[in-house]
Amino acid sequence: MSSRERILGRVRRALADVPRGDGAPYERAVTRDYLREHGDRTPAQTLDLLAENLADYRAIVHRTDAGHLAEVVAGLLVSRGSSSVLVPPGLDESWLAGSDVRRVADRAESTPHELDRVDSVVTACAVAVAETGTIVLDGSPDQGRRRITLVPDHHICVVRAAQVVPSVPYALERLDPARPLTWISGPSATSDIELDRVEGVHGPRVLEVVLVG
Amino acid sequence: MSGTFVGMPAFPQAAREAVRDTTLRGNLRHATHTIRAKRAKAVAELSDWAQLREAGKRIKDHTLHHLDEYLVRLEESVTAAGGTVHWAADATEANRIVTALVKETGESEVVKVKSMATQEIELNEALEAAGIRAYETDLAELIVQLGKDRPSHILVPAIHRNRGEIRDIFAREMSGWGRPAPEGLTDTPAELAEAARLHLREKFLRAKVGISGANFMVAETGTLVVVESEGNGRMCLTLPETLISVVGIEKIVPTWQDLEVFLQTLPRSSTAERMNPYTSTWTGTTDADGPRAFHLVLLDNGRTDTLADEVGRQALRCIRCSACLNVCPVYERAGGHAYGSVYPGPIGAILSPQLRGTASEIDASLPYASSLCGACYEVCPVAIDIPEVLVHLRERVVEGGQAVRDGNKVVLQPVKGHAAERAAMRAARWAFSHPGALRTGQRLASRTRRLHPRTLPGPGRAWSGTRDLPAVPAEPFRDWWQRTHGRGGSAAVSTTTGAGTPAKDKAEDKDGDR
Repeated sequence: MSSRERILGRVRRALADVPRGDGAPYERAVTRDYLREHGDRTPAQTLDLLAENLADYRAIVHRTDAGHLAEVVAGLLVSRGSSSVLVPPGLDESWLAGSDVRRVADRAESTPHELDRVDSVVTACAVAVAETGTIVLDGSPDQGRRRITLVPDHHICVVRAAQVVPSVPYALERLDPARPLTWISGPSATSDIELDRVEGVHGPRVLEVVLVG
Repeated sequence: MSGTFVGMPAFPQAAREAVRDTTLRGNLRHATHTIRAKRAKAVAELSDWAQLREAGKRIKDHTLHHLDEYLVRLEESVTAAGGTVHWAADATEANRIVTALVKETGESEVVKVKSMATQEIELNEALEAAGIRAYETDLAELIVQLGKDRPSHILVPAIHRNRGEIRDIFAREMSGWGRPAPEGLTDTPAELAEAARLHLREKFLRAKVGISGANFMVAETGTLVVVESEGNGRMCLTLPETLISVVGIEKIVPTWQDLEVFLQTLPRSSTAERMNPYTSTWTGTTDADGPRAFHLVLLDNGRTDTLADEVGRQALRCIRCSACLNVCPVYERAGGHAYGSVYPGPIGAILSPQLRGTASEIDASLPYASSLCGACYEVCPVAIDIPEVLVHLRERVVEGGQAVRDGNKVVLQPVKGHAAERAAMRAARWAFSHPGALRTGQRLASRTRRLHPRTLPGPGRAWSGTRDLPAVPAEPFRDWWQRTHGRGGSAAVSTTTGAGTPAKDKAEDKDGDR
């Protein structure tokens, strides 16, 4: 007998006391009387909450409008002293129009060591969650492969107002589970040493979020 | 579950030694009190916490009650997404599967994401025996691995170490595992984290095989979820060419939507954050992004035996948040090592004896490693009634009875060393079912109350060594009732006193047990 059959057989015997095959759909098995959103906010207030919660977890937040985005991104690269920037293939070209920093393309064949030598990365995001201060990347062409937002030490993420949702339930609804997702809440951190929070262990040590709108 | 920590003494002995270690107690006290206060604040932010907790409990219970169906559905969806599913009935089989998978890649080293399941099966040791070196990449796991130590907490395995100890371990041991610690390393957390970053980065960048566990598996979509803080998880999940995930069969949730409950309750319960810094989800493999090969090893290792216990199966709801450890007065003083398992604290006290059985001395003693104060139940985000299971397991240890081991029904013999307790329980059962004898005994006890010793003799000595014996009333309750209520006595005057007496006794007993 294979281990698969053995384990499934053990599960069935273990559940001899549980009535089976009641045919009730799963949607009715669990009462979801928890809140969809905590609080009653206007879209502008939701955006403010996102900024506040991101900053609370030590992301650096910048707010601007579409007209000044290129200027802001260029300024961030300069003040960081970056000499190279990773660019996902589908990134809106106008976002980097204000900067002459050397562009490095996100290519499948580039090795982790090559990525490690790049100073910054600029990406879009799929969704941002205000209540938790989270940005979510789903590997779309304007966000690139998962590793490009991981290996470089400086991540600039552009969030448009229309991408901001109030809470986790709304975020999951908008996301496609078939895509690889990365939820990011502040820069890499650890609390392993006497529960003192230290930013930047293995992921980017600096996360800058540019909120547009 | 394998014989982790073989030869561990029973909990009372191990705890006695741990309690004498003042550094350990200081480290633990600081850590548990810090996180306790933060957690309460993070939970208070969500006004619907009770509803989220109830939903989490129901989702998990429903899944466990239909586990065979969800396992099959998960296997289908993972396979459809490009992954390969393996089934492991026990630790030996899981280790054999993983070792073979690593060997197929031709590699002799792997990077690991912190995972309770792989610790439970002692995967690192099995790989080592096969000539494969496994590098732990979580900072706390690195501290444990370099210190040739054992984890003592589910979430922060090196919680028993302070910064000075960590500095010494890094300075002494890092060179034996790769890049040495920087010269003049101090004990500031930022510098220690930086040393770990440099030490581990060279391993991440060259790794070809990653090994992880998972916090959740979604049956509907075949998605796996890893929740973490440092980014070492992301490194191991995305940079290598092959990814092997070893996951307990109880970690399934039915639907994608179910994550909305656990992604709200898990971070707040464990690290007291609104959200942990990184959460990764992946569904099979993705072209040119992440590993090209993905293997999922579904682990039983005592879980189906646990599922067979109608009271004890609720332990399988556990999402490994560790909130119960941080509030437990026993854990705070005894530390994680005393529990003799990778699962310490209140959840460990009910999980280990179920996964491993109660045959060993340590496992038979674990249901007693609690004051039954109930704080663990209060904080549990999936409402596991840990005290209920503890009492249930105590009964099994003392009385023996039916259980399932390795899928077979067995009749457990009472564990040795509880003879006096068993004899007392039998005597009590007999006395309560023979009212005449009980009345005589109670009268005798009342009349001789001045002669009673302050401590118990014989096997009861240990119990009374830390407790006051309850005072015997001057008159048995039944005599008092007869005198005041019986044969036309006035009921109206005495009702409140009458009802109050047993309640008061009960309260005193409870105090005495603390």
